[in-house]
Amino acid sequence: MDPEFWLISTLSRALAFGTPLLWGALGEIYAERAGVINLGVEGMMILGAFFAFAVAQTTGHVGLGLLAAAAVGGVAALLHAFLAVTLRANQYVAGLALTMIGLGLAGLLGRGWEGTPLQQPLLDVSIPWLSSLPLLGPALFTGQSPLTYLGLLLAAILWWVLYHTRWGILLRSCGEAPAAADAAGVNVSLVRYLAVLFGGVMAGVAGGFLSVAYRPSWTEGMTAGMGWIAVAIAIFAAWDPLKAVGGAVLFGACYHLAFRWQGWVVPELLKLMPYALTIVVLALTAVVKERRWRGAPEALGLPYVRGER
Amino acid sequence: MRPLFPFRIEVRPQPSTSMVIGVSLLAILAAFLVSGLILQAYGMSSVRDYGVVLQETLGSPQGIAEVVRKTIPLLLAGVGLALAFRAQFWNIGAEGQLLAGAVAAAGVALFAPIPAPWLLPCMFVAGFVAGSLWGSLPTLLKVKVGVNEVITSLMMNYMALYSVQWLIYGPWKGKSMRGFAYTDPFPQAAWLPLIPGTRVHWPTLIVGLTLALGITFLLSRTRLGYEVRVLGLNPEAARYAGIDGARVTLLVMLISGGAAGLAGVGEVAGIHHKLLGPTQISLGYGYTAIIVAWLARGNPLAIILTSLLVGFIFASGDVAKVALRIPVQIVEVLNGLILVFLIGSERLLSYRVRWAPASPPSLPRPSTSRPLPPGEGEGGDGGDGTSDLQHTPDVERL
Amino acid sequence: MRNITKTFPGVVANDRVTLEVRAGEIHALLGENGAGKTTLMHILYGLYQPDAGEILLQGQPVRIRSPRDAISLGFGLVPQQFLLVHRHTVAENIALGLPGTRFLFPARQVERRVREVAERHGLEIDPRAFIWQLSAGEQQRVEILKALMRGARVLILDEPTGILTPRERESLFRVLRRMAGAGHAIIFITHKLDEVMAIADGITVLRKGRVVATLAKGEADQRSLARLMVGREIAGERPKRQQPPGEAVLTVSNLWARNDRQHPALRGISFSVHQREILGVAGVAGNGQRELIEVLTGLRQPLSGHVEVCGREMTGASPREFFEAGVAHIPEERRRRGIVPGMSVAENLVLRRYREPPFAKGPLLDLHAVTEFAEDAVAAYGIDTTGPRAAAQVLSGGNLQRLILARELSGSPRLLIASHPTHGLDIAATDYIHELLLQQRDQGAALLLISEDLEEILRLADRIMVLYAGEVKDILPVADAEPERIGMMMAGLGRE
Repeated sequence: MDPEFWLISTLSRALAFGTPLLWGALGEIYAERAGVINLGVEGMMILGAFFAFAVAQTTGHVGLGLLAAAAVGGVAALLHAFLAVTLRANQYVAGLALTMIGLGLAGLLGRGWEGTPLQQPLLDVSIPWLSSLPLLGPALFTGQSPLTYLGLLLAAILWWVLYHTRWGILLRSCGEAPAAADAAGVNVSLVRYLAVLFGGVMAGVAGGFLSVAYRPSWTEGMTAGMGWIAVAIAIFAAWDPLKAVGGAVLFGACYHLAFRWQGWVVPELLKLMPYALTIVVLALTAVVKERRWRGAPEALGLPYVRGER
Repeated sequence: MRPLFPFRIEVRPQPSTSMVIGVSLLAILAAFLVSGLILQAYGMSSVRDYGVVLQETLGSPQGIAEVVRKTIPLLLAGVGLALAFRAQFWNIGAEGQLLAGAVAAAGVALFAPIPAPWLLPCMFVAGFVAGSLWGSLPTLLKVKVGVNEVITSLMMNYMALYSVQWLIYGPWKGKSMRGFAYTDPFPQAAWLPLIPGTRVHWPTLIVGLTLALGITFLLSRTRLGYEVRVLGLNPEAARYAGIDGARVTLLVMLISGGAAGLAGVGEVAGIHHKLLGPTQISLGYGYTAIIVAWLARGNPLAIILTSLLVGFIFASGDVAKVALRIPVQIVEVLNGLILVFLIGSERLLSYRVRWAPASPPSLPRPSTSRPLPPGEGEGGDGGDGTSDLQHTPDVERL
Repeated sequence: MRNITKTFPGVVANDRVTLEVRAGEIHALLGENGAGKTTLMHILYGLYQPDAGEILLQGQPVRIRSPRDAISLGFGLVPQQFLLVHRHTVAENIALGLPGTRFLFPARQVERRVREVAERHGLEIDPRAFIWQLSAGEQQRVEILKALMRGARVLILDEPTGILTPRERESLFRVLRRMAGAGHAIIFITHKLDEVMAIADGITVLRKGRVVATLAKGEADQRSLARLMVGREIAGERPKRQQPPGEAVLTVSNLWARNDRQHPALRGISFSVHQREILGVAGVAGNGQRELIEVLTGLRQPLSGHVEVCGREMTGASPREFFEAGVAHIPEERRRRGIVPGMSVAENLVLRRYREPPFAKGPLLDLHAVTEFAEDAVAAYGIDTTGPRAAAQVLSGGNLQRLILARELSGSPRLLIASHPTHGLDIAATDYIHELLLQQRDQGAALLLISEDLEEILRLADRIMVLYAGEVKDILPVADAEPERIGMMMAGLGRE
């Protein structure tokens, strides 16, 4: 097997496997940039996965399924925002609790939906002109889900918005120095709500991707911790949407290799890889960081109250 | 301080225990109500239905025994978590530590050439050590490098889960079990004795109660316990007092992980008598123990009560599944809802509503970066005097 | 501002204060800490509402209900602690919330405007620089630009020179004069006399919430200003010292230390404190006191220099080592740093000594001993509480201080460092603390008293050291200390 082919196919599959991670990470980046940590991503993902499947299966329209996934993620996110921003509760525990509810609820609702493959899954496509580019073509633009392309496009857009628009400045200020933003007339609570909402929507769609395109079926617990990995990628990517693509591809490659090497290594041990990689990645990030550049948004996880400057 | 004329909402310095309990009960009630709505959709709506469940769960010695059986791992893991939370270490990895303990116990039971009377004690020790070790990696990473422990301990859970699966499908696959993914059954000497007539493996229960008492003792009467509490309540004062945060955290986690490991030993040695699939060994006890610990506000004695409560929820979930065909996932939803309402209501504990029609509406607290003018300058407590578990982990060190 | 009165619970911050500022004028608002300067300006900026009085802008009464109102009326505030996002650039910070910024590439648009405005006023700044790269003086320029670009005609600066180097200060003054020349009105809050003399056209002196004088530039000289600022009250009956001071307990030589912002906070300080004496450290907050205390209690590593306690080299030692060497500390922020909230009175009382017998027997705590000790301490120090088991955080300020004293004094310290020990306490509690401090001195301890209340220092101290900008201005026996001279030194003027 020549290396070029191997590289291309690995990259291509890594991108595919990494898509839900990318969507989840992008959403989480925005939420954390505004200062709120959302550990409910796993729960929102699984709910998104179920609702996407159920709606798509019932209506026959994958698009509606994905919309439903987005909506469910959004609703759950609003709850998280309410807890974190308005009630100023402990953001970590709130996210954990929501994940528990999400996993349980999805399991509850999902009974009876298991086993049947999706009638009309979201099919892969190739982008016509770009896929004939050498090297990049087959790697990136051939035979991927539309959600993958959309995810990459979103990453670019989100990066650009974050760093080069007025909204981006607003968002980042809320996460770095909410007191400064408040003094400048920004409604910090509103920005945080919207950012968390966005994060939930992205997480929902990420889950939807799983059940509608990736493995067009529903199984209880099918996210298997991808939500957590998405959160880790957000950290690893230093809260930069473009770097998140790199992170998603890295983990996607990990999943792919775990699948590929099944012939040589015991499958269960291979399944450990993504989780072990997460720990390694987080440890490296902590060791290597230069405070000013890699550090978390300064107000991350801290509820903001005017008057406590 | 927001004026809601004629009421006045002011900061409450320290809520009383009865207030804390009251609010917790309200939270639990709210969670039940919301779950009730879901249950209704599954056909459990009438008082009669609830009566059936209650009757089966609590109305017979068998039912109560089942509750106790579910309580045991929650008690053990919960006590360990309470200790960790008190030190502001967010151990979300109890599930994995539990499985590690189960694996160690199974390993000893199946393969260690230990004479019969020593087998069970060795299993417990092995389980404790295994749980400790499983929890030590996230701890070391946090203490040495500053990695947030929530995600790392969580990842260890998944790794434990797949490791167990590997063992039961692979090297430890039972010879006598055809087609099933279990290990061989443990030798008789590795079976925990049960309370006659029930399936309650009482030695683990004793261990759990002892541990609860032990940790209470630790926290209130030992130097280490004192250091744990100071560290958790005011890390700066801890520095002042010369407390070595790293050492304290490590010790705490050794105990916390070990406690969860013991829970795992109990499950395989007392109930299943073999190593099974991970989701059969633990019905999410490690995660649910978080709720148990949070409800108890980190007080190990209170854990005895809260683990009973949650054990009751698990047991009644089983009953509802059999009697009314309610899916058992409702338990997870209910537990999550309890946690949500708990933390959502914590704000309530920080404030007090006063009837004050006579005085004019007080002005909003000024935002100022200078020191406040003289007068009881520091005002009420800066933070919440409520739960010791309010602080968020130090994200700066991500 | 006319007859502005503002009361907080327990204190009148502003008592019928009248202030007049003209366009093109630089007006200094002079006073010590607690004089009411900042409160007054916060009222002007809409952060507080006055209880009485009115504000007139160009003769028309206005109501300022929030900073938004203030900004729209043309007021700009340069706060003492900057509200800037460190990771963002200058342009991004200014663009935040600035009306008229466009959506796409707002930073670039703002950059151009920033350069224009900056040039017009002589404020050199690179709009593309990140805030964390800038010096304090440059960061201050960003704050000024923020205000100017929102249309400020009246600029309020709150203690602007505290963090500036002398060169930066000159630069700031040049900018302010230029702005005044262009028609802006500038209000300058300060406690530093030399600055007032250097730059102010008009001066209003506040003391304890009241205007004690309103002067024009020519009418004031430093002596009179110092007198007005500090007041003529001579310290009351000073309790006679029993015995002469003994050996040096604490010796500090050429100590250099940095503050949290990596600026030098202590510049080669040297002094000593002896047995049976109280050395009072006079100075306005922010001149190095905090860093000094932190070095002397083990919470901060000095850059260079020596700290000796009873002859032992203690430079850079840990808090525990300092305590065991006999250094006790009464911290400034009682609630946040002084106690462990959530623990009982008794548990707080043993915070420093829980490792030693009789409180600890091996790994175990002897609760009985702890309770006994606590009961004794509560009785001895008159701590008003229901008992040793009561929660510590519900104690009132005065009682909290007694608790802290009981804790710190229980080890029979050789050196007691008291930082603003009576801040926020009523007269009875203050007297009690003073008595206790004097008692400790008479029993042989050395005391280092840091306080912003000059009266307190004059009453208690045997010698006075004046700290200004991280340097020791002078150390003199209290008998030689005239309040005016001390006031002048505190405000930066050398000894005469």
